[in-house]
Amino acid sequence: MADAKPKVAFYWCASCGGCEEAVVDLAEKVIDVTAAVDIVFWPVALDFKRKDVEALPDGAIAATFLNGAIRTTEHEEMAHLLRRKSQVLVAFGACAATGGVPGLANLWDRDTILHEVYRDSPSTPNAAGVLPERHHRSNGHEVELPGFYDTVRSLDQVVEVDYTIPGCPPTPELLADAVAALVAGTLPAKGSVLAPDVALCDSCHRRSSKPDQLSIPAFKRPHQVLIDEEQCLLAQGLVCMGPGTRSGCGSRCISGNMPCTGCFGPTSRVRDGGAKAFSGIVSLLEAKDDEAIERALEGIPDPIGTFYRYTLPASRLRRRRIDTVS
Amino acid sequence: MAEAAPLVSIVDPRQFEPRIVAFFCNWCTYTAADLAGISRLKYAANVRVIRVMCSGRVDPQFVLDAFAEGADGVLIGGCHPGDCHYQEGNYKALRRVHLLKRLLRDLGIEDARFRLEWISASEGDKVRTVINEMVRQVRDLGPLKVQVPREVFAEEVQ
Repeated sequence: MADAKPKVAFYWCASCGGCEEAVVDLAEKVIDVTAAVDIVFWPVALDFKRKDVEALPDGAIAATFLNGAIRTTEHEEMAHLLRRKSQVLVAFGACAATGGVPGLANLWDRDTILHEVYRDSPSTPNAAGVLPERHHRSNGHEVELPGFYDTVRSLDQVVEVDYTIPGCPPTPELLADAVAALVAGTLPAKGSVLAPDVALCDSCHRRSSKPDQLSIPAFKRPHQVLIDEEQCLLAQGLVCMGPGTRSGCGSRCISGNMPCTGCFGPTSRVRDGGAKAFSGIVSLLEAKDDEAIERALEGIPDPIGTFYRYTLPASRLRRRRIDTVS
Repeated sequence: MAEAAPLVSIVDPRQFEPRIVAFFCNWCTYTAADLAGISRLKYAANVRVIRVMCSGRVDPQFVLDAFAEGADGVLIGGCHPGDCHYQEGNYKALRRVHLLKRLLRDLGIEDARFRLEWISASEGDKVRTVINEMVRQVRDLGPLKVQVPREVFAEEVQ
């Protein structure tokens, strides 16, 4: 009775493929998942086509796990299609949830990106200056490329999203839990983020080494110091996004002796993840005058890449002012 | 203190009137604004003052919210260094403002649209000078357009 199993789909938009790895990383648990559900669409692994999805009745898919940000007309069309065909749509991973690393493209626009990538970068031989076109005729054939937007969006800025699983990538545990909850019918209220709603510091194993009064002389970058393996990373002057980041990753980066970069995004009480995080972290500096503060901040050469690495499209301003992109 | 350019008493609809959100601390700058009022000092009417207990209470999220909701400029007023009612609040504000300024620059928001000033309770005159100067600068910059434009291709997606 294969029909009795809930149908599940996986899809990717603007993403690197790491979220697909998270599915593969289920390892032997993937057998439990495939035993419990029917995978009807998963372009990275299975040979189903868009027309197969289109042929399904609306709402036929129990849950679609969509990773990646929305950047092209194709992404947007697939988001709408899968929304229509799915009872539950899950924004899977940081890019779908909050824009992710591709969202940093919101510091530029379509033309500056295409010019840099296809024409101006020194490693690109393109003497004719050919740029991607929407429509192109060749040997009597018309070929077409998706439109490329100026602004990268998170999934919930395009279609209604039922659940979010954060992370770059999400952990296999969170995915397995979500699939189990789906099969058992125990998913929480719609709109929930399927990860704990507390800061990473709350579950960090270095927490006891954080001083009561944290005071930072200057920020340092990971390659500039020998990082102690026991002590709180903020106390060592490293920008650790733990205080401003949702827990649920198992503090894997901290265990690898690297500071948190914030891929799980903020908790539910926060309106702008990057601003809230740096508000707490930067105010810990010792410096009290302009010059000393500037010196102490030299360890943060790229504030947006540091505090909004995964969340720029979901931030209050969402992008650089488009009329100021040169 | 040099007096600012004369204020326009009748609003000229052809002239852009900036909207500026000001967060003034209860103990110094808000009291100074009160003093400016009691002293009948006139300053540009473009500023919406929000009283907070301390400049250290101004979360950078408030500033971004203000810009996102239509402010053309944001002004924070706090006690002079060493004078904070809560000892350290204005230093926390100063550290955040340094990073926030760099961030706003990266987002295409000009420096003159975001300003931190130390104004003590006795400096009603400085409230007037700072507000008039900032209104003039932001008016010259024009409206802040932070809305994300709807894109042309979106129309062809069903």
